Amino acid sequence: MEILMSVIIGFLFMAAVYLLLSRSLLRVIIGTGLLSHGAHLLILTMGGFEGSAPPVLADGVTDFVDPLPQALILTAIVISFGVTALFLVMAYRAYQELETDNMTLLKGNDEHD
Amino acid sequence: MISVLLLFAPVIAALFVPFLANRLRGIHTGWFVLAVPVLLFIYYLGFLPQVKDGGVHIGELAWIPSYGITLTSYIDGLSLLFSLLITGIGSLVVLYSIFYLDKEKERLGNFYVYLLMFMTAMLGVVQSDNMIALYGFWELTSISSFLLIGYWYTRDKSRFGALKSMLITVFGGLMMLGGFVLLYIMGGTFSVRELVSMAPELAEHSLFTWALVLLLLGAFTKSAQFPFYIWLPDAMEAPTPVSAYLHSATMVKAGLYLVARFTPIFAASEIWVWLVTSIGVLTLFWGSFFAVKQTDLKGILAFSTVSQLGLIMSLLGAAAAAFHVDGAAETMFKYAGFAAIFHLVNHAAFKGSLFMIAGIVDHETGTRDIRKLGGLMALMPVTFTIALVGSLSMAGLPPFGGFLSKELFLTGMLSLGELDLFAPASWGTVLLVVAWIASVFTFIYSFYFVLRTFTGKHKPDLLPKSAHEAPAGMLVSPAVLGLIVVAIFFVPNFIGDWIVKPAVAAVQPFMYNSPADVDVHVAAWHGHVTPELMMTIGIVIAGLVLYWLLPKWQGLYRAFPEYLTLNKFYDSSMYFAESGMNRLSRSYMDGQIRSYLIYMFSGIVIIVLGSMIAKDAFQVSFEGTAPIGPAEVGLLLVLVASVVTTLVARKRLTAIIALGAAGYVVALLFVTFKAPDLALTQLVIETVSVALYLLAFYHLPKMSRHDEKRKFRVGNALIAAAVGLMMALLAMSSASQKALPSISQYYKDTVYSEAGGGNIVNVILVDYRGFDTLFEIAVLSIAAIGILGLIRLRLTRKGDSGEKQ
Repeated sequence: MEILMSVIIGFLFMAAVYLLLSRSLLRVIIGTGLLSHGAHLLILTMGGFEGSAPPVLADGVTDFVDPLPQALILTAIVISFGVTALFLVMAYRAYQELETDNMTLLKGNDEHD
Repeated sequence: MISVLLLFAPVIAALFVPFLANRLRGIHTGWFVLAVPVLLFIYYLGFLPQVKDGGVHIGELAWIPSYGITLTSYIDGLSLLFSLLITGIGSLVVLYSIFYLDKEKERLGNFYVYLLMFMTAMLGVVQSDNMIALYGFWELTSISSFLLIGYWYTRDKSRFGALKSMLITVFGGLMMLGGFVLLYIMGGTFSVRELVSMAPELAEHSLFTWALVLLLLGAFTKSAQFPFYIWLPDAMEAPTPVSAYLHSATMVKAGLYLVARFTPIFAASEIWVWLVTSIGVLTLFWGSFFAVKQTDLKGILAFSTVSQLGLIMSLLGAAAAAFHVDGAAETMFKYAGFAAIFHLVNHAAFKGSLFMIAGIVDHETGTRDIRKLGGLMALMPVTFTIALVGSLSMAGLPPFGGFLSKELFLTGMLSLGELDLFAPASWGTVLLVVAWIASVFTFIYSFYFVLRTFTGKHKPDLLPKSAHEAPAGMLVSPAVLGLIVVAIFFVPNFIGDWIVKPAVAAVQPFMYNSPADVDVHVAAWHGHVTPELMMTIGIVIAGLVLYWLLPKWQGLYRAFPEYLTLNKFYDSSMYFAESGMNRLSRSYMDGQIRSYLIYMFSGIVIIVLGSMIAKDAFQVSFEGTAPIGPAEVGLLLVLVASVVTTLVARKRLTAIIALGAAGYVVALLFVTFKAPDLALTQLVIETVSVALYLLAFYHLPKMSRHDEKRKFRVGNALIAAAVGLMMALLAMSSASQKALPSISQYYKDTVYSEAGGGNIVNVILVDYRGFDTLFEIAVLSIAAIGILGLIRLRLTRKGDSGEKQ
């Protein structure tokens, strides 16, 4: 399972990077979304899939899965949501002001130096 | 301990200077500042009896004990001599500056803060036994020198000179640090004393020569030796008290101090002997030769300083040569070390007074251009007298101190001719001849300086101000120095016994055990005609003749092509460094996020894959892996399908929905991996995210590829594939080898007893790692404020600006 997951994680990262490098602003943002999915699964896979019960105390259960990666991912999910929201609004404002979402044109100008 | 703290007394005093300068405007700030060097001078005088008998005073204050870095004040003959120079000349310079700098017009607060900062730095350089502390103080002298040269920062030339001196001396300082580190590697200690005690072992080490060369680069840049001297003439933009203090009497002598201090370690090397001596003699000649070309009074003095520093440097080289002579203490080789220190004292006295004279002339006539000056003798008789004393001492004539040290210098150079070491024997003779020629030029520029200014025809119409004698207060300091110059001639052995010999014993421990062993007796007349006296007479005759003929040959200097000078080289390398670096950074910083991402991704891939290959870290093991269930396979297929959809989607709605689908699949994966909290959170977040996307959807542009060319896409795909491959390999390796056990056992064991909760993940978040969660909330709030700001804030309104039309 771990090996299969590794391949999937690689695939997710590949797709995310491809989208990040594209010229359309929306695709870049979608790329960041995929990137965080990849990262979350990576943390989970690194922790391993040992254990047979969710990490909640219950009578007679001692074989929990590792709770630490889950705690880390939980934080990461929330943060990535914040980032996505900020990106979206930034894209919206940039498009409003500059009337383009082409990354090539969004590179600023050389006047300031 | 007290002596260490006193190193910082000037800096602490500097804290009060801005207050005094602002509140007590009626009194010149200099009067308060004057107390600092005077008190320190008296304090250091107290060490004289102890040091004269070969004693040392050591004060220590731990700074970074774990690295063996301490603040030490190590006062032996050499450091005491320098400390007395720094505080003594410092007192006179501060006194002089009170009359030189107008309390109404100048920003005195800045000036005295920088000056006091320098005083601490310089005292630190000469007293630190720890090389790291020495380096720190060393760079602080460069910084305070930079600030003082740039004191009149509105002038272009000041800023140029300040930057030039800083670049050159800091470059040297860094090289010196390299030398120190090498010494540490060799000897295992930062203490100079301890390194000196293990000098014979160090000389055998393979890094010895490297350390030597690096250290000399530091000394040569600081002491303005050829070819690094070019910063010193430009440093003359500083106010004259600064030139007298930093750029003739103290800071530029830090390089000499360094060479003297490390002579016991490096004297064993022939490279040291010949490098120090040859560069010294070359600088001596070069400086004296070009001093005659200058038309600015301070310019002449700057080149003269360069030349005199070269002289002392060459003597230090000759002092090191004595290491290679058997029974050097009995032969003529004993003179060089004494001459070096003796001339150092002499030079500080006469050059300090001459700089102050140049300042007075500038102050009272409004110009330092020697072509406009002349005939000031009648108008400024006192100034002229002091100038004459200083100049004749510089020229090496009796009855002034300079005569004695010039004689000793010639003895030192003569001894080199006898030396049969490493280089062909004739090399010593070449140095002797060059030194003699340089002395002739020294004679010429000394006369040029004093006679062109004070004799000849007075040209009142060329002067911005009508010349008159300086106020008495301004004359005090140069007069005191002038008196010292005369006094040294009459009681040279008093100075020699009390100040010079203890320092010599510190420089040449391989010859002397205590200052009393230094068997040098200075005398103006040896009872018979010595070769040195013959050479001096030759210098006087040749000098007088050439000075007489000066108008006939001074034009020769113009024949020297400007584009070949070191200054030109400095200017053009600065220009190329600036524009070249600018062009270089522009060539890759093109403003495209894509380019930057490509740099980062390639960097990460190269580093991670490279180190995986180098460390043979890649491993795949199917052992102990969890079984693959049908539900998971199904989910993963859906995940792949939705990711592919986002990649190829032509419509933005498709892409957003596919992204949402991927998010939900990840949530379901969390369920299968027994992470209920994650699954719940992911479901909520994904729902909100999709809603957000759809909300923004209305305002966002249609999805367009913006004519991405095939090459562009293939490039992206390659980078993406590399990153994907790297992540896959990384994930496999980390899943296949558990180097360390998980630390979560602790949480599992204590979650109920310590935190009273059952859901381990939740308890970790809100209890064990509560601060993480707090900051996570902070991040979310910042994002929220950012979003609010972006939506509300309208810096440019549509239609308002002309560009938009």
